[in-house]
Amino acid sequence: MTLWLTVLAIGAATYGLRVAFLARSTAGPLPVLLGETLRFVPVAVLSAIIFPALVQPGGVLDLSTGNARLPAGLLAALDAWRTRNALATVGAGMAALWALQAVLR
Amino acid sequence: MEGLSARAAFAAGVRDELPVVAGVVPFGMIYGALAVAAGMPPALAQAASAIVFAGSAQFLTAQLVGNGAPAAVIVASAAVVNLRHLLYSASVAPYLRPLRTLWRWGLAYLLTDEAYAVAITRFRAQPTRLPALRRHWYLLGAGLTLWAGWQASTAVGVLFGARVPESWGLDFALPLTFIALTVPTIRHRTEVAAAAAAGTVAVAAAGMPLKLGLLLGTVAGIAAGVFTRRYSASRMRSARETT
Repeated sequence: MTLWLTVLAIGAATYGLRVAFLARSTAGPLPVLLGETLRFVPVAVLSAIIFPALVQPGGVLDLSTGNARLPAGLLAALDAWRTRNALATVGAGMAALWALQAVLR
Repeated sequence: MEGLSARAAFAAGVRDELPVVAGVVPFGMIYGALAVAAGMPPALAQAASAIVFAGSAQFLTAQLVGNGAPAAVIVASAAVVNLRHLLYSASVAPYLRPLRTLWRWGLAYLLTDEAYAVAITRFRAQPTRLPALRRHWYLLGAGLTLWAGWQASTAVGVLFGARVPESWGLDFALPLTFIALTVPTIRHRTEVAAAAAAGTVAVAAAGMPLKLGLLLGTVAGIAAGVFTRRYSASRMRSARETT
């Protein structure tokens, strides 16, 4: 039940953000500082998710060679930078993870 | 587009969105599979695609549900991820302003990353005040096409997800998806600063209760980005003044 309410709340928040400047036909433009701040939101949030997922896979910092997710993630980042193809990036990262896990085992 | 009938504008929106849908479908499937694997009930994982209808926020929700984060933190984090939709809303508003309330409120629901990207490209290709506006039909066609693709691919992922063995490490597809979304947007050193600050603070604050490290890292990243931008802008100004 809590999970359903959580999703409903996220949906309401998302819709609120999308309708914010469309709700009334007189809404003005976005303030400059707000626009400048929002520009950095996606890259900040996603980096805050990515870094821990690569260097703290089990919840604690692991920079050893036993952590296959770090090199696999770096390889995926390189692939994303070169190809700009999201699916190729995910494919390369998963393939690297499986290969490294097979070697390390 | 101005000379088009409503139906032709709608069809143009559908046509322009289709290639984007082809790229989105695999992610809908990955989302569906991950959400179920993370412990979301299948019906809820599916419903979220209609209720939230925002890929990155849904991925994040799945991850935080899997991590056992409290509801308030999940909602706050997802809302922060979706703050960028304010930008989209402000950006399309001048084009949709003449429409009736029902249209504006309805189209807001369809204002995803992918529909926005396709529509704004078309909107900007022509001046705002031309007569015979059909932009709303175009956005409706693009938005509904994406919506249908997202719902269907989620369903496939939800059905398939329960059968993926854990040893595959499918949860790793999540950070990989985020890498695929983030890296191409880093074009300037301000974005590098934002990414580095956000990531470092999130790692340093990973031990914080309630998974607050994510929000803390986000705030640090935004601050670093805005600061670097202001700093380099003022340096450029003073360089111009001295030469």
